[in-house]
Amino acid sequence: MENAILIGGIGGQGVVMFGKILCYTAADVEGKFVTFYPSYGVEKRGGVSNCYVTISDDPIGAPKADDSNTVVALNDLAVKTFEKTLLPGGTFFIDSSVCELRPTRTDINVIEVPASEIAREIGNMKVANICMIGAFIGYSECLPPEKILETAFKMLGAKHPELNEVNEKAFFKGLEIGKAAK
Amino acid sequence: MDRVVMKGTEAIAEAAIRAGCRFFAGYPITPQNEIPEYFSRRMPQVGGIYLQGESETASAAMLYGAGATGIRAMTSSSSCGISLMSEAIAWMAGACLPVVLCNVMRGGPGIGSIQPSQQDYFQATKASGNGGFRMLVLAPSTLQEAVDMIYNAFDLAQKYKNPVFVLCDGFTGGMMEPVVLPPMMSDEAIAAERKANESWAATGRKGSPTKHKVSCGERPGYKVPLEEKNKMDWAMYESWKETEVEYEDYMTEDAELIITGYGITGRIARSAVDLLRKEGYKVGLIRPKKIHPFPEIAFEKLDYSKLRGILSCEMSIPPQYYYDVDAVVRRRTPIATCLRSGGEIISRAAIMEEAKKLYGEK
Repeated sequence: MENAILIGGIGGQGVVMFGKILCYTAADVEGKFVTFYPSYGVEKRGGVSNCYVTISDDPIGAPKADDSNTVVALNDLAVKTFEKTLLPGGTFFIDSSVCELRPTRTDINVIEVPASEIAREIGNMKVANICMIGAFIGYSECLPPEKILETAFKMLGAKHPELNEVNEKAFFKGLEIGKAAK
Repeated sequence: MDRVVMKGTEAIAEAAIRAGCRFFAGYPITPQNEIPEYFSRRMPQVGGIYLQGESETASAAMLYGAGATGIRAMTSSSSCGISLMSEAIAWMAGACLPVVLCNVMRGGPGIGSIQPSQQDYFQATKASGNGGFRMLVLAPSTLQEAVDMIYNAFDLAQKYKNPVFVLCDGFTGGMMEPVVLPPMMSDEAIAAERKANESWAATGRKGSPTKHKVSCGERPGYKVPLEEKNKMDWAMYESWKETEVEYEDYMTEDAELIITGYGITGRIARSAVDLLRKEGYKVGLIRPKKIHPFPEIAFEKLDYSKLRGILSCEMSIPPQYYYDVDAVVRRRTPIATCLRSGGEIISRAAIMEEAKKLYGEK
């Protein structure tokens, strides 16, 4: 089973971090193959930022899949650009509190996650991406949730251990939304 | 051994250090900036030298100097940066220096784009500088292969006393993937090699009455006219056809269509072969691991009476790799192409579509 995930947003939303957390976690799981390929403009904040993560039980051939099983859209441009790249029957996660646009295709599953709203309620806008990861994992079950948190704590908690608590909160909120959408 | 997740460029630098590389000079250019960046952090830890030159031209000249002392030395750059190094590369080939160079290709020609491409095939395999010299050119398709090839490149450079070129693309350099890193060459082994290299390397006259130097146009140990030196080099290049050909041959036995490509394209093509096989198409893959010497034998041993054609894929428009395939196939079967260029990544779906077109009825 190959899960090709495309995450799209703007610089500063944690798009690349989203992909890296999936990548590092999958690499820690026995028998999983994983690739991560970022694609971004010259701007650190505010520019287009996308990344491709492929998680598979077999060696990976195309690390930048032209047809994804999963798209995670964190802004309107990503909704517009990546709707057409999703395979029929694929899943489209959308930060519904940020995006005004919605996918128009009827052959895909759309899961709305008010990740930024949840992050605001928790008190830190930066954790919106962790909330989206939660939703993706809750729905896809492609990696163990506790492993994701372990990676997130390692990567994000190293500099800011005080954020572990809010990251965990955001993750579980997202996880519930993902599970409920099944 | 543990597998670690690394970015391609960083994995390349770490593999070089583990292979005993103790000198790196380079100049920043996207998409290979993490190679010099990584060396700048890591070299002081292993007692090596990291230098950022004032330009690619200077960095390659520094490599020439380091290589002449027999130390395991390397530089890296990308496409237009490699062009700037051409002069020194030719001089290093002329001086028979065991150095390693890595090109993490971006779009071209000229400044091109910062996105991945495979547009430097001719430059790497045929003419990286003046004078008609050749190099072994290694073309990794995964991060693990990049690590293993860089590790091996230093041995090959020492073995043949000739620059070795690793042709990587910006995609492989920019992606992250788990890799198993090779063991670290011991300080003792490094010292022993440097000691052995004193037989030819410029390590100082040390009171000796005879000159001790490395010159462009001389093969160490042979005082011969330039033409003789060039003949010796040619004989070495020819010998590689027996000893250094390396390629992946996948599901070719009963194949009626061959998909071929190197580097990242070869990797994507292999997964296209898997998917096409599932759909009932008898397709196979030939992927050179070294693009010089070109694996002619892989194409020579095909049964052309069974073949419907060959699909040659690369991220270069106009194609370059295609012409090497064409030269060995000699019209025994039709060759079609699937190409992208200018920083666009070749897609598996496009390869499959072109393959089906060429294949015709199942």
